[in-house]
Amino acid sequence: MTSTELATRERTLSLLGGEATDSNLRRYLHGIPGVDAVGLEQRAAALGTRSIKTSSKKWAIDTIIGLIDLTTLEGADTPGKVRSLVAKAITPDPADPSCPRVAAVCVYGDMVGDAVRALGAAHTTPAQPGINVAAVATAFPSGRASRAVKLADTADAIAAGADEIDMVIDRGAFLSGRYGEVFDEIVAVKAACARPDGTTAHLKVILETGELNTYDNVRRASWLAILAGGDFIKTSTGKVSPAATLPVTLSMLEVVRDWHRLTGEKIGVKPAGGIRTSKDAIKYLVTVAETVGEEWLVPELFRFGASSLLNDVLLQRQKLATGHYSGPAYVTID
Amino acid sequence: MNFLDYAPAPESKAILNLRNDYGLFIDGEFVDGTGTPFASISPATEQQIAMISNAGAADVDKAVAAARRAYDTTWSRLSGSDRGKYLFRIARLVQERARELAVAESLDNGKPIKETRDVDIPLVAAWFFYYAGWADKLEHAGLGPNPASLGVAAQVIPWNFPLLMLAWKIAPALAAGNTVVLKPAETTPLTALLFAEICQQADLPPGVVNIITGAGDTGDLLVKHADVNKVAFTGSTAVGRAIARSVAGTDKKLTLELGGKGANIVFDDAPIDQAIEGIVNGVFFNQGQVCCAGSRLLVQESVHDDVVDRLKQRLSTLRLGDPLDKNTDIGAINSAAQLKRISALSDIGEQEGAERWSADCAIPENGFWFAPTIFTNVSTSHRIARDEIFGPVLSVLTFRTPAEAIAKANNTPYGLSAGIWSDKGSRILAVADKLRAGVVWANTFNRFDPASPFGGYKESGFGREGGRQGLAAYLAPASTKADARTDTPKISARKKAAQ
Repeated sequence: MTSTELATRERTLSLLGGEATDSNLRRYLHGIPGVDAVGLEQRAAALGTRSIKTSSKKWAIDTIIGLIDLTTLEGADTPGKVRSLVAKAITPDPADPSCPRVAAVCVYGDMVGDAVRALGAAHTTPAQPGINVAAVATAFPSGRASRAVKLADTADAIAAGADEIDMVIDRGAFLSGRYGEVFDEIVAVKAACARPDGTTAHLKVILETGELNTYDNVRRASWLAILAGGDFIKTSTGKVSPAATLPVTLSMLEVVRDWHRLTGEKIGVKPAGGIRTSKDAIKYLVTVAETVGEEWLVPELFRFGASSLLNDVLLQRQKLATGHYSGPAYVTID
Repeated sequence: MNFLDYAPAPESKAILNLRNDYGLFIDGEFVDGTGTPFASISPATEQQIAMISNAGAADVDKAVAAARRAYDTTWSRLSGSDRGKYLFRIARLVQERARELAVAESLDNGKPIKETRDVDIPLVAAWFFYYAGWADKLEHAGLGPNPASLGVAAQVIPWNFPLLMLAWKIAPALAAGNTVVLKPAETTPLTALLFAEICQQADLPPGVVNIITGAGDTGDLLVKHADVNKVAFTGSTAVGRAIARSVAGTDKKLTLELGGKGANIVFDDAPIDQAIEGIVNGVFFNQGQVCCAGSRLLVQESVHDDVVDRLKQRLSTLRLGDPLDKNTDIGAINSAAQLKRISALSDIGEQEGAERWSADCAIPENGFWFAPTIFTNVSTSHRIARDEIFGPVLSVLTFRTPAEAIAKANNTPYGLSAGIWSDKGSRILAVADKLRAGVVWANTFNRFDPASPFGGYKESGFGREGGRQGLAAYLAPASTKADARTDTPKISARKKAAQ
């Protein structure tokens, strides 16, 4: 066990008052204050009415681009498609070199090598921050495979050079109350994120909130994922509807805020799936800033999992620069 | 840059087409008043918006006479469905002119545009739509077949929700077949006068709605006028008492909606983040100038510190400033007089030993402003726990058991509203059952719907507004009305006058 793992384990033991068994976790997670759905949705809607104009909008647009995990997760993905995606990640707007780069590209595990090669010098290195490669793993999106397969999936992506792992939790185990199993799996995947040089890939834990169904479940799963050592909590795979919603993301941000109050540690949040317009993305920025604070609006602590969002943001960016709207022909498809 | 310092996003005033001077709206026309005109100012800038006519005794007579004439000759003779058509038309016009009304309301009252745009004006339209639907269904109002309208209603409304209170008063009165003379508050007459224009636009028969402006003495003349049949008042308990005295011994029907000191009770199993939102909404909505505000927070001792910490953190994110900026959460206090009262009571709170905390926000130079403030260590005997402050000031008290929470919540001369926050349904129902308050909200606060009756216990007034009950306040059972007609000499005198 590494020292960070040990620290995580110690903290979990002290919070739970014992090992991470089903009953201890149940006692802890069910002791967390509940969520009132009507009130939560009302608050999210109110945050959505903030009016972000002129200089604030300009800053928001550039910030959004820098927070995007540009994603392709199709059965039909090919090395060529991944290269095209990477090119877009490096140069989102060929007409404007001042346009910021995205935070990461997000691909299936077997495409990691292609993504790393395509990024070349633009890829993050220990010396130079750049674009990360995130890989979905652990039998994404369903998570229905044996622990051994999931860990091998993760190790594969790490070996190929992934900087970040997006794992899915076992929703079946969670919904049937086997919290210990979910916890252990996250701990094991986190261990599989370790590289030979002692560093560790960042672990994003996908809750698949659309399958958890209630905000109380989302909140408990968020606490569970953070207790188990997740660096990020992520809403969805994008393969289940509903994917990310503003109330769900708000609820997860509240957990992250409470965790920070409790431990001083900053956990990241990634809404993924269904965020397609600048207008929607700005609502998320407002929600982050007014819930956990503006310091969360950095790639280390907040991401958008999206593919079509980028082009809408670029159109808005061009409009702010030129004063008029162009059209889909003026942004590139990847 | 600092993202949270959102760039200004002001709603444009260009949509307004205001006159420099407004007359009284009597018998379908704007006419000059006999009193000395007064200025209506914007409480955020103290700049004059328009000059407003002041109604004297002769004007009140004229307005009541116009209402009486309209009642006798047209409105009481129209079928319910025809009255409904006018009300539906008004409701649609309110929707069409919603943006304009929202801007005018923010300008004149000082409340944030996001509230007028998202709460006040949509509710105004909802109230007219709701009562428009009742106009031809009066036999279902609970008063038996063919209930009768009362006649002329004298209505006096406050400045905290100027147009919404107008809708609460006028919509049920007209649906039931009455005609009205309404006096808006001295500091907020603007939207009532725009509403007068809407009545013209809707082709409402002249005299059915009359709007007279002026100060307290005008209101006094109106409610004491011998030829009104119904008095409806929303405002302070002191004025309400005076009105009750003045109508005693007459056959005027009376509805009073007065002050409050609502208790917002937070149990230790409450959905904490939503409870915080509810507390904020309960007492800082409309700068706390809400009669049903949850101005006393009763929080279970075991979660007191956590709730107060979270509350302070949340209050620090509220944005105080230009009411017309779409991102403003806290606008201006309505008047210098009100600001003085809030400041005075807050100072008393400090002197009595309560601990004061105010959000750190820049206060604009001009206008009337008060930073969101909470008092902790408040005892039930403190004045800030008993007197209605009517401002953005929250008094935090604690309790240990549900029984203590109920006892403390009921320990007030008022009884308008209360809130309960708990995840346990059975507890919500058990506690709500024992609270002596007209409205009890569970896991929410300050939610209004035209179908839901609203009103108070004890010194918060009597009678109900909204819903079927609000309609019944403007109706009499068929037989009673017939008796009143034959027995009251006043009415025969009036008939002669009409001939």
